[in-house]
Formats: sequence, C-alpha cells, structure tokens
Amino acid sequence: MNFLDLIWLIPLFPLCGAALMLLVGRKLDPQPPSDVAVAPGVEPIYEHGHDHEHVPGQGHSHDHPHDDHGHTHDHGHVHHHHSPLKFLVSLICPGMVLLSFIFSAGAVWQLSQLPHRVHQVIQFTWLAGLPFHMANGQLATFTADWGFLLDPLSSVMILVVTGIGFLIHVYSTGYMAHDNGYYRFFGYLNLFVFFMLMLVLANNYLLLFVGWEGVGLCSYLLIGFYFHKKSAGDAGKKAFIVNRVGDAGFVLGMLLMMSVLGTVRFTDVNAVLRSGHYTPEVAGFGVLSVMSVLMFFGATGKSAQFPLYVWLPDAMEGPTPVSALIHAATMVTAGVYMVARSSALFQLTPHTSSIVAAVGAFTAILAASIALVQNDIKRVLAYSTVSQLGYMFLALGVGAYWVAIFHLFTHAFFKALLFLGSGSVIHAMSGEQDMRRMGGLKNKIPITHWTMFVGSVAIAGIPGLAGFFSKDEILWQAYSSPQGSQALWAVGLVTAGMTAFYMWRLMNMTFYGKSRVTKEVESHIHESPVSMTGPLTVLAIGSVLAGWLGVPKLWTLFGEGWRSFESWLAPAFASAAVEASKEGAHDASTEWILMGVSVAIAIIGITVARYFYHHKPEIPDSLEKSLKPLHGLLYNKWYVDEVYDFLFVNGLCKGGGLALGAFDRNVVDGGVNGAGWLTRFTSRISMWWDKWIIDGAVRFSSFLVKMLSYPVCILQTGRVQAYAFFILVGAMAFLGYYVAR
Amino acid sequence: MNLLTVVLALPLASFLIALLLPRSSPQASRMWALVSSVATFAASLGLLAWFDRGFAGEQFLLDVPWVTSPNIHFAISANGISLWLVILSTLLTPLCVLISWNSIQARVKEFFAFLLLLEFGLVGVFIAQDLFLFFVFWEFSLVPMYFLIGIWGHERRIYAAVKFFLYTMAGSMLMLTAIIYLYNRTGTFSYPAILDMLLSGQLRLAPVEQMLLFLAFFVAFAIKVPLFPLHTWLPDAHVEAPTAGSVMLASVMLKMGCYGILHFCLPLFPAASRTCAPWIVVLAIIGIIYGALVAMVQPNMKKLVAYSSVSHLGFVVLGIFTFTQMGLDGAVYQMLNHGISTGALFIGVGLLYDRRHSLEIKDYGGVATAAPWLSTMFMITMLASIGLPVLNNFVGEFLVLQGTAVANYTWTVYASIGVILSACYMLWMYQRVFFGELGPEVRSHMPDMKLREWAAVVPLIVMMFWMGVYSQSFLPPVGKVNARVLGQTQVNVPFRVELAPVKRAEVARAR
Repeated sequence: MNFLDLIWLIPLFPLCGAALMLLVGRKLDPQPPSDVAVAPGVEPIYEHGHDHEHVPGQGHSHDHPHDDHGHTHDHGHVHHHHSPLKFLVSLICPGMVLLSFIFSAGAVWQLSQLPHRVHQVIQFTWLAGLPFHMANGQLATFTADWGFLLDPLSSVMILVVTGIGFLIHVYSTGYMAHDNGYYRFFGYLNLFVFFMLMLVLANNYLLLFVGWEGVGLCSYLLIGFYFHKKSAGDAGKKAFIVNRVGDAGFVLGMLLMMSVLGTVRFTDVNAVLRSGHYTPEVAGFGVLSVMSVLMFFGATGKSAQFPLYVWLPDAMEGPTPVSALIHAATMVTAGVYMVARSSALFQLTPHTSSIVAAVGAFTAILAASIALVQNDIKRVLAYSTVSQLGYMFLALGVGAYWVAIFHLFTHAFFKALLFLGSGSVIHAMSGEQDMRRMGGLKNKIPITHWTMFVGSVAIAGIPGLAGFFSKDEILWQAYSSPQGSQALWAVGLVTAGMTAFYMWRLMNMTFYGKSRVTKEVESHIHESPVSMTGPLTVLAIGSVLAGWLGVPKLWTLFGEGWRSFESWLAPAFASAAVEASKEGAHDASTEWILMGVSVAIAIIGITVARYFYHHKPEIPDSLEKSLKPLHGLLYNKWYVDEVYDFLFVNGLCKGGGLALGAFDRNVVDGGVNGAGWLTRFTSRISMWWDKWIIDGAVRFSSFLVKMLSYPVCILQTGRVQAYAFFILVGAMAFLGYYVAR
Repeated sequence: MNLLTVVLALPLASFLIALLLPRSSPQASRMWALVSSVATFAASLGLLAWFDRGFAGEQFLLDVPWVTSPNIHFAISANGISLWLVILSTLLTPLCVLISWNSIQARVKEFFAFLLLLEFGLVGVFIAQDLFLFFVFWEFSLVPMYFLIGIWGHERRIYAAVKFFLYTMAGSMLMLTAIIYLYNRTGTFSYPAILDMLLSGQLRLAPVEQMLLFLAFFVAFAIKVPLFPLHTWLPDAHVEAPTAGSVMLASVMLKMGCYGILHFCLPLFPAASRTCAPWIVVLAIIGIIYGALVAMVQPNMKKLVAYSSVSHLGFVVLGIFTFTQMGLDGAVYQMLNHGISTGALFIGVGLLYDRRHSLEIKDYGGVATAAPWLSTMFMITMLASIGLPVLNNFVGEFLVLQGTAVANYTWTVYASIGVILSACYMLWMYQRVFFGELGPEVRSHMPDMKLREWAAVVPLIVMMFWMGVYSQSFLPPVGKVNARVLGQTQVNVPFRVELAPVKRAEVARAR
C-alpha cells in the first residue's frame, strides 16, 4: 500500500469518528432522563464522575476484571451496564486514531525511503485564480489549496499527535466512563485530532490556519465540557478569545506574506525566501521582520507565551485527558510547529528571533516561578507546560529549530504522562485536586506513583531520561549559538532548578509524607483500571526512551545512530550549513561543565523540595509567612489576570462598548430622533402659521367682509313695505339733489 | 418571457392567490405560502442550471416597453452576482414561512401574503435593469416590510416601522433625484444604455456633477447597508420585527444596498467612487469596530445580532472600496455569507423566543442542557458568524482582508480588530444563554428542535459548510462580474470619465 499518497486519509479517520459520535452518538449512549441540573444549585455532573454514588459502578468493573483482559485494547465491555451500545463509542473513537497512527507510521516509513523526504498531495483548490498586484508591483495569483505535505517536520508531529492521542483516547475510556456525555466527549476529542492533523499536514499557511482555528474550537468545547459550571464556561471563552487575539496577528502576518511574497504554500515560500533574493534583515525592522513578528504573535496565543499565556492555566477546567492531549502534548505546541515551519523566514529576521528567544526565556521563568507555590495539582502542571513551551521558543529563537522540535517530542511524552498521572490521582481522590489535602498516596496507587515518578525525573532533567537530553541541548544552544547569550542560558538554568523544585514539591505533597486526606475520601482511594494505568505505563517507557534519539554530540561513546533526530529533521530546516558553521566555537570542556551545572541544579532543586516538603514541612510555612509579599505575588500569578481584566476586558471591551452604546443611543440615534423632532417642530410651527397667519388672513378677510356687510344686512329685512319705503326715500333724495342743484 | 420572468412573477402570482384564500383557514395560507415559495426556489435553481458560468455579462435578458413617456422599460436580467442574491431571497422565503408557522397566530393570511409580496419586491430589486424600474422595486420592497414590522412586531413596532420607512425613504428621494437627472441628460432610464453612453464618451459628466450624483446614489445605498453613522434604524427594526421579518431584513434587504453600490455606483461613477473611497473605507472600518463594541454590551439578543450586522457589513463595504479583485469577490461572498449565517442567527433567536418569549439575554441560561440540538445549531451558526475556517464567513472575511492588505495594509490592521471583537461578543452571549445552570423557567419552556424547525435550519447549516469548504462552486461567476466592474472603474482615475475602448465590446455583448 502506498501510504504516502494516502496521507489525506490520516485526518479523515478521526473526522469520521467525530461525525459519527456527534450525529448519532446520543443513540449509542442514551443520556439518563434526569440528565443534568435537576435542581438549581445542585451540581449534577461531577467533574470526574467518581463521586460517591458512582463508586458502586466502579466496584462493579472490578468485579469483572476478566473483562479488561479479554480484549486486546482495554476499552471494551467494562461499562456495558450503562448501555449495550456504549462500548461502540470506546471502540470507534480510539480505533479511528489508531488507524491514523498506523497510516502515519506507514507513511513516515515510506517517506524515509525517499531521497528528499518531501511528499506533497494536493486534493483540490480551495480559493483560486484571483489576480492581484504584489507589493513590488508584480502580478500574482492568490491560490490556496486543500493539500497535504509530509516532510520530516510534519512526520514527527503526526506521530506525536496520533501516537500520544491514541494513548489518551484509551485512557479516557476509563477516566470518562461514568460521565454524562461520553459520546460527546469522544466526538470532540476525535474532532480535535482531525483538526490537529490538518494543522500539521497542511501544505500552506491558510490550511494550517484552518486546523489552527479548529483545534482552538475543540479546545473551547472541551474546556467548557462541564458547561453548566460558570468557571468552565468562562475558561473556555477566555481560551478562545485570547487565542483569537493571537490569531489576528497570525492572519495579518499571512496577509502580509501573500502581499509581499505572493504565495502561502510552504514549499514556495521557502523557495522564495531561500532563493537569495532576500538577505537577512540585520540592519533594522524590514517587512520580513514585521511578518515574522506578527506570526510569532500568533504563536504566543496558541502556545501560551507571554503576553497571551493567561488562558492555559484556566483551561484546566476541562477534563484531565483534555489537559493532557490538548493543553500539554499537542495543541499548545502548534505555535512551536508554526515557527519551526517558518524557519526560512525567521532565519532571515534575526531581530524577531531575538524577540522569540527573549519571550521564550521570560515566559519559562515567569511560569516556573508561579508553579512554585500553586496548590492545585493540575495548575502546577499547567504552569509547568507554559514554562516548558518557553524553553521551546528559547530554542527556536536561538536558531536551534530541531532542538525545539526535539523538546516538543520528549515533552509530549512526559507531560502527557504527568497529566494523566494527575488525572489518575484525582480519580483516586474522588475529584480532589488540592495537594494540601493529599499526601502518602504512594502505596495506595503504586502504578500511578511509579509512572509519575518517572515523569518527574524526566522533566527535572536527570541524565538518562528524555527531558535531560532535550533540555540540556536547549541550554547548550542558548549558550553557544551565535544568537544565544549567557543571559539566556542563565535564565534557562534557573528555570531548570525551579522545574526540579516544583515537580518534587508536587511529588512530595501528593505521594509521600503523612496523609492529609479526609476520612471520607480515604475509604474510596483505589488504583485506576487498566485502561488508565496501561497508557501511563507506555508513556513512562516513552519518557525514558524518547531522549535517546538525540544523544549529545559530546557523548562520543554513542554513534551517529543515537543522534538520528537531528539528521532526520535537517532537510526541513536546511540548517546543516548553519549547524556546521557554529561547531567548534566552544570547546568540549565548556559543554561538559555546563552539562554538569544543569544536572547539579536539577539535583539541588529535587533535594531542596524533598527537604522542604518531606523532612521539614514547617519550613515552607515559615517562609511563606516571612516572605508574604513575594508569596502573594507568585500565588496570585503576578496579578497578570487582574491587570488584563482591568485594561482589556472591563476597560476596553465593556467600557468601550458601554460608552459607544450610549453614544449610539444618544448622539447617533439622537441625531436621527432629533431630526425627527425638528421635523415635527417645524411642522408645528407651520401648522401654527397655517392656522393663525395664513388661515387667519383668510378668516380675517372674511371677517372683514362680514363686518363690512353688516350694515347692508340691516337693510335686507325682506319686507316689501320697507323696500318700497327705501325706494321712495332714495327717489326723493335723488330728486331733492337735482332740484337743489 | 424567460425563466427569470417566471422567478419574478411566481411570488406575485402567489401573493395574489394568497389574497383569495379564506381568512377562516390559516392552515391553507401557510401551506400555500410554503408550496409556492418552494416552487419559486425550484424555479430559481433552474435559473442556476441554465446560467452560463463562462459569461461575465447579463443573462436572461427581457426588455419590454412599459411606459412610453417618459420612456420606461420593463427590463430585467441577471448576472453572476444578482443570480446568487435572487437565489438567496428565494431560499430564505420558504425557511421564513417554516419558522413563522406557529409563531404567527394573528392575521395569518395577511402575514404570509406580505411575505410573498416581499419576496417579489426583493427579487425585482436584484434583477431590474431599468433605473426607474429599479427604483420602483426598491421602494416597493419597503411596503410589505413596513407592514410586517408594524403589524406583527413587538411593543414599539410602530416607532420602528415608521423609522425604518422614513429613513430609507429619505435616501431614496436623493436617488430618485439622481435618476431623474440622469434621465434628463440621457433621455433613457435604461441602465445598460447609460453605461454604454458613458463608456463610448457620448455622455460626459463634469466632476461636480458626477460627485453629486454619486453621493445621491451612495447615501441611499449606504442607509440600506447600513454604513456607520446611518445605521440606527437597523437595531430598532430588528428588535421589533417578527422573526421572519428580521431574517428577510438582515439576510436580503441589507444586501440591496451593497448590491446597489457594486452594481450602480461603481460602474456609473468610477472616478467619484475612487475619490471617495478613502473616506468610505474609514466609515466602514469605524462601523466594523464600533458595531462590534456596541454589540458587546447589548442586553437584547436581537439588538446584539443587529449590531453585529453593522460590523459584518462594514467588511462588505471595505471590500468593495479596495478596488481589488479579492476585495470585491470577498465582499460579494460576504454578502451571501451574512445572508446565510445572520439569517440562521435570527432564526435561532426566534426559536428561543418561541419557547421562552423573551429576547433578553438575562432570561436565559443553561439552554444547552435542556435543548442540546438547538444549542448545537446555534453554536455552528455562531461559529460561522465569527469566521471560523471551514464555515462560510471565513472565506469572505479573508478575501476582503487580503484585498485590503493589497490595497492598504494599515486598513487591514484596524479591520482585523473587528475579527477579534466578533468572537468576544458572540461567545459571551452564547455562554450566558446556553451555558451555566438551568433555571426552572428555562427548563419548563425549552423543548428541543422539532422537525419543522430542523427543516428551516438544516439548509442554512449545509450552506455554511458548503460555502466554507468549497467556495469554487460559488465564486467563479462572481469573480467574472467583478472583473468586469473593476474594468469599468479602471477608467481614468483622474477625475474625468472617458472611454476605455477595450471594454466596449464586452458591454455591448452584455446587453
């Protein structure tokens, strides 16, 4: 089978799953009649669906453990007591993603056999044939197709999306088993995978944007999955709108690209930019720099970088598998992918690259500092994600594109693992997320503990596990690359120490020490079903092994085969020359020392956390008291949300809206109504004039006539004798006159 | 007598027959309105089938003398743009019949009769090629809408209806003056003939003359669009109108203005159009941002959607006055998109109103729990309206923005603010209406979609996806006409109208 020409099928599978679920899912998984919100104030669906009344159901599945083992994949008949057809949902949706994974793996294998490792499939034209004049006056044609591009970069992404995505789907069959809207959840999740695959497989920016907005939509839907909760609705809306701000930047960048370069197809853009016609904009901020800054602004939205990172921590309102899949492993890396995809552009714009590196480093340390003091287990991980994404941008900014993707790759494993592990903890704790009410869970949920232990070691950067390889490479590149600096390296190093600290704080507060669990919850603590621990185990293995694809060059013991990640991606970034030019700038001993320092700081972080939260739990409390302002600042996330609320939400949007609304009613419409009033006023005056002056004149003249006629009227008596008398008098008067004359 | 005449005559005939139906049987009126409007729609699809997509000029020509002195002809024809607008009108009429089925209980016969009459007027506006005939249809379409608002509207219906009528009337008087002036200069009302005279140099308009004529036409159209600051009749008319009235008003009537600008202002007064373009663009951009900000704080759903229309139609005007192929194509596409998605939004609001009898956002909450399919439908519509890719509005908005970026990048930056804000007000409204706890009043009044309501909504949803994914089904004929219009406006931007000889043959053929 020629998988390469079938890459358009890869996103299509999950789309079918999504369509099926969203159209007929309700039939497969009928909702209980007393659906939700039976009475106001009573929360009907519990976040994790494992509250007390659900526990018997849970026990039920434990009564039939063979059910779990009777299937190759553990999504199966476990929950058949809900609906005879519900298992179809758990079969179809993960199955569709598995199919995508198989097709992806096949396509990537075949891609590796091609000499140039690029394969493009164009399905049909989306927008075509619109002529326009480019900025330089040349006539160009606006075209955007529905086309797919498989190259080393997108192949890494599709493997991560479908591979990790499949594991998380499997996990969800266990995690979401008792939730209302099971089919809806899987429908959205499959829809997400579809859009994410569109994003990474698109062959042009416009189609990438389709996936980009699509994943944003799914994120919105899944964050707001428990939409009856106001906080969930708010968080979903916030995520969408903050992303929208970034998207506007992305769109503006894309529009500028079309106006200047005349195309948005990746291969053409790269060809134009690498043709030598454009030289790096070293001197100042040229049009390419504007373009790349706008695109990067888009990336800060989706990938939660300063100043647009504020939505990601709130996004934890969604179910935990969503946090793992969308808000840790895949969607939030879209910005990293997009910048890496535009490497040709960013290579020409050193100023933007510096901004990218600075923003990345700043976000990394900012988020890590907030993570130090958070008590919600998922929030710690959320800020950790923001911080790790900062690392990726740091790598992108110093021109180490492959390292950014490498960290994206390893991070997908250990962060998905940590989130799913925290989900398993929350599941065990009947929905409790506050670490202050956990502790001593190690022996009660051993698989969860050990897998999370591996994840924490991996993210902390202990040699041998995935996080070490990628993070150390980033730190080294930040130090040694021509665009790097010692300051960037130092920030990265401090962040690494913080990372180790907050992760071990999390581990200690959750798994070790004395239990602070309430009695009520304690009795229900149980290890999760195989459908959940299975993916955890697989991800733990991945968190160990994934890093060995990019062993440091320094470890000469290992051959080139251990560094295949870099060579695999090399054609995508055309970076071989760049890499070669900076080799030898620093000697091996420096690199050894830096590596030693970064490992040391990780160990220090772990030790301090262990000491603080295990041996001397009173220290953090006393520190919190003595450093109250600082703690308050960190605990309240530097008050960034409050500032944004004040400036943008209430100030600009609502305030501006209210002011303009009043303006509209009173001034604009006031003008109209005023004109109406004026017309009526004029007509009143006219009426008055008409009645008193015009008509008055008429009536006056008639009055005058009447008045004048009055004496005459007196004569008109109608009596013949009187007339005869008048005639006589008149005749005599005439006669008298003539006689007298 | 050709197919286009049939499409025009059918609604009129249906109206006359509707008048003959007995008042005692409202069901007969409903059925008749449905059957006849579906028949009209079918006929308009026939139009589509016979339409020659390769030809940019006017098709289905019919030209018969109507009045000998002054020389008025009954001249109609359709091109690649008006064809879609006619189909939009004929598509929405049956849907309006469906959603008014039960919600209109008083004077049922008259209501549906007026709806059919409205369809007649709207179709006429888009196909009239004689300026006087155009004016007749333009004014004529006001009458049924005036009654729809004034009789079947809400509390302040009389105020809204009068305001709507007078506002539009004020603009049309200017247009009538301009039309008569043109008649005095040329001796004909025939639009193609006047165009020909302009292009052949027979008719030369002095700069001041051209500017005044342009403004007279433009103000009439701008009121209808509506362009900031001439928009205040719109929120009132929408809020007070019955659902079907709002749908027809937003989806089709507003397009009369956009169509007028594109079809008359640009080709007749190219130089004046280009001279005024920067000013108009500024108004359009103000409208985009202003409409969105004002929509944000509206407590009334219909008012919110009405102000969102001000914002969306700002994009249309912006696109037209970029004088680029992409801008014009995007503007026309945006006209159709707005017809589909805002029509669907008003239908959604109407469905909510039918259930809960309130348009105030604060009276809702938790609807998604009680009526999931209604919420889904509204969600898709909302997403289309805020320009999510794969749905229709995105294509139009993107083309307009791309056209603007080519013309003047600064404009694009401002216009894109509207794209952000649209998400804010729509999502905020959606959250307050559909998410959250389900209150007792909402729960007891919120059955999910019925079959009849599905029938009214599904066609629009299908169109949203179709137009969003495969715009090639719609855009090529539009692009051809726009290329012609652009060619006509290319004539000598310095303020003198002279002949561009190449275009003569084409226009002659178009006649």
